[in-house]
Amino acid sequence: MRTSLHERPKSFFDTFERKDGDHTVTHYCPGCGHGNVHKLIAEAIDDFGIADRTIFVDPVGCSVFAYYYLDVGHVQAAHGRAPAVATAVKRAHPGSIVICYQGDGDLAAIGGNEILQAASRGEDITVIFINNALYGMTGGQMAPTTLLGQVTTTSPLGRSASREGYPMRVSELLASLEAPAYIARVALGDIKSDLKTRKAIRHAIKNQMEGRGFSLVEILSPCPTGWKMTPPDAAKWVLETMTKTFPLGTVRDCAASASASRDGAAGTGAPREMTGRRAEVAVREIPRLLGLTSPEAPTGQTAAPGPAETRLHTIRGVPHGVSRSVSRSVSRSVSRIKAAGFGGQGALFLGALIAEAGMRAGRAVSWLPSYGPEMRGGTAHCHVIVSDGEVDSPLVTRSTVLFAFNRPSLEKFVPEVVEGGMVVYDASLINDPPPMPGLEAIAVPASRLADSLGAARVANMVALGAWLGRTRGLPLEAVEAAMRGKLKPEVVALNMRAIEEGRRFVLQGGAAQGATSSGATPAPGGAS
Amino acid sequence: MIVVNGNGTGRRAAPRLMKGNEAAIYGALLAGCRSFYGYPITPASELAETAAKLFPACGGTFLQAESEVASINMMYGASSAGERTMTGSSGPGVSLMQEGISYMAGAELPCVIVDIMRGGPGLGNIGPEQGDYFQIVKGGGHGCYRNLVLAPASAQEMADFTMLAFELADRYRNPAVVLADGFIGQMMEPVALPLSVAAPIARPWAVEGTAATRRNLITSIFLEHEALERHVRALQFKYDKAAGREVRYEEIALDDATVVLVGYGIVARVLRRAVGLLRERGIKAGLLRPMTLWPFPSEEVRALASRARQMLVVEMSTGQMVEDVRLAAAERCPVGFYGRQGGMVPSAEEIVERVEALQTGSGAAEVQHAHVAA
Amino acid sequence: MSETGTRGWVVIDAEECKGCGLCVLACPAGCLSFGDEFNHQGYHPIRYSGEGCRADGLCFYACPEPGAIAVFKDEEPKNLSAEALDDRRQR
Repeated sequence: MRTSLHERPKSFFDTFERKDGDHTVTHYCPGCGHGNVHKLIAEAIDDFGIADRTIFVDPVGCSVFAYYYLDVGHVQAAHGRAPAVATAVKRAHPGSIVICYQGDGDLAAIGGNEILQAASRGEDITVIFINNALYGMTGGQMAPTTLLGQVTTTSPLGRSASREGYPMRVSELLASLEAPAYIARVALGDIKSDLKTRKAIRHAIKNQMEGRGFSLVEILSPCPTGWKMTPPDAAKWVLETMTKTFPLGTVRDCAASASASRDGAAGTGAPREMTGRRAEVAVREIPRLLGLTSPEAPTGQTAAPGPAETRLHTIRGVPHGVSRSVSRSVSRSVSRIKAAGFGGQGALFLGALIAEAGMRAGRAVSWLPSYGPEMRGGTAHCHVIVSDGEVDSPLVTRSTVLFAFNRPSLEKFVPEVVEGGMVVYDASLINDPPPMPGLEAIAVPASRLADSLGAARVANMVALGAWLGRTRGLPLEAVEAAMRGKLKPEVVALNMRAIEEGRRFVLQGGAAQGATSSGATPAPGGAS
Repeated sequence: MIVVNGNGTGRRAAPRLMKGNEAAIYGALLAGCRSFYGYPITPASELAETAAKLFPACGGTFLQAESEVASINMMYGASSAGERTMTGSSGPGVSLMQEGISYMAGAELPCVIVDIMRGGPGLGNIGPEQGDYFQIVKGGGHGCYRNLVLAPASAQEMADFTMLAFELADRYRNPAVVLADGFIGQMMEPVALPLSVAAPIARPWAVEGTAATRRNLITSIFLEHEALERHVRALQFKYDKAAGREVRYEEIALDDATVVLVGYGIVARVLRRAVGLLRERGIKAGLLRPMTLWPFPSEEVRALASRARQMLVVEMSTGQMVEDVRLAAAERCPVGFYGRQGGMVPSAEEIVERVEALQTGSGAAEVQHAHVAA
Repeated sequence: MSETGTRGWVVIDAEECKGCGLCVLACPAGCLSFGDEFNHQGYHPIRYSGEGCRADGLCFYACPEPGAIAVFKDEEPKNLSAEALDDRRQR
């Protein structure tokens, strides 16, 4: 009877075809801990029957080539970023088992934030953290975990606390977070510690299979080459020296009772809702969820401008260039509107409302808010274009209509208004307007009229009403429809009353104080 | 509205007024994008905010990452896992992503990055600028790779080009960037969106945690020199193919133009108006608007340079794309440059003045170096 | 169980072994030792004395190599002979 008790795990490739040179042996140095850990992971994958659904995130460092050996899916990550990569892999495939494998330079130095945040989010991943107190692959440089006094190629005098700071205890650091399910520090040094490492790795993988959340196993692991020791000496150094700085034990285990873990580590024992689980939505439902509906006739008189006539230059079957004549780009009737005031006076909303109403009335529109340098001084403004043809430049540099809600805005933008253009300003707040030769100024006491409705904040709507009263630039029903999509019914009603106040004020001739009072100017908001 | 092969030709919904940044997210979801990993930054924050609202509602993932470094690496993971994924950011954030973009190009992972450019260098400001051209079009990350770069000039194109970007990214297994400026991102315009979601494409190379994909490996490391050379040449073969097939541009009034204006993004909108104003003044101006910045419409520039009297490149930078125009024009005609920076946007009237100065010959030298004075 | 207390059998793939000796330290029965010959990697591979294995598998877990050590119950497995291991290497 020949019974295999302990044999090469099946989750290793038979031969290492991805590796250059000798396909029968690993690239690891004699006595290197990576080999042991790979083997323990492979054995667990075999025993748990998860080879098909395991995704291994390979780090940078000596173990970058874990994909030579382990017969599972592999995603090789940039230095330090494995937890970020693993986060998204797991969220894309919640049924997979994602094993994130990192060394100390990778995890604790360059990737410090990625591991911290993945742990804090409680990502359902298993992190295997190899702590060998230096950078192995690059030739033995100092790591955050290098011990005090330890000589490396970049701490040739030995690490000193005053120069390089203290070794970082990653497990304890991460255990201070709320989310992690399991954090343990184990070691590879003698067979007893090797078997504890085996147990911890299996526990951390099992946790993920049971949806318990973030698990991390920190493994103190020999690097005989980097430490310039024989394998037995290196193993001894792990247990006799490293453990003094990095005490072994379970630091946190939510699945176990608190008494079973070192220092009474926190643990509730309750499985939790899985991090990042997606809602179940059929893809064909997405347009409906986005509120997309088939086109209807626009509110108002004119038909929507059709798509621009285009002529496609086709090169090898792919749309290549679009060519059109200039007549398409010059619109016949355009309102170039600027609305400006202090933040909170509603100039931006006024502009957006005009644009929305214009669109509903079947006209081409654009709305461009000021932000950045133009917002200095607490004023906000927006550029609005309402056009019968396609909107060319959405920037209003020569406006046909200006709404101004404070004096600085009026002063700043009046010079931009075209000859014969219209200026609507809040006469309640601006009682000494600058001269506006050649312009039609509508001085509407917007704030006072708004106040009389019990809401000073609708002064912008009064001003809109004044413009609409003077020009009939947009159908009222389009304005109301535009609001209905965004505001509560009572607010719509209030706004419509404010618009009516502004209209009535203008229609009753109350605004006649323009610098050009001839009334002979063409309807502003008409041709530019 | 440009024709997008995958999802642009079907029925469209009633137009909705939305910001360019919002439109990009709607476009992404309708392109079948399943995850958004990002970090807030002005003037791109509506990308993350809209994604935070819509991705989970549509059964996808939105995750606010700890940094742009993490964002791009999460995308690396999501793309490795076989799903369409995206991020949105602005210059400073995109600078942080360069490592990951290089890795994704090296590992041949498709993804879409929306870069809403702001003023730089450094913290700069949040005003609109086009100073990321070099970092996006010419490189940014290390190694021999290219980004596929689309330059929308409207809210509609923010949606359409985002959809197209997903398609190109998958076609070439490479990062694609939607390169817009703060104004294109912040501007609201009517956007007509498709009423269907683009069909998913097969990704037999992905690692999905299944028996069928168990032997798949995503990596950008090729230890042997010969192997890496083979890989880099294979990438270049793809790029050559894309350069021959994916150039897109818009021409306005170029048939009889003697003055050819060249600009992209918000600048192209201003130039479109300038062309109209110049024509009213009897100057035969036209506009070439690259819709793809990589591949760049070099052949078109070369042809125009042969028949135009003057070209003028306008950018919101100190002159980045102008280098590509001059390279393509190869001194067949003078190529002037006019730039504004720091959040300043050139006006159509400013452009008209510059062109008129060029016409009289008085301003040629001045225009060449206008960015110094501007 | 044999009269010598042997309960198992250790098979060492001499060509995969890197001669680190960790299995020698791990084996409580002391039935593993360094060989005199060199393998193709230039290491002195470990060899099993042929008796005394307690089948506890400790050498297997101490060994960093994927398949340098296998432990079997009771007696020498014929199917994992040196020829079988060579055959795997040639695949």
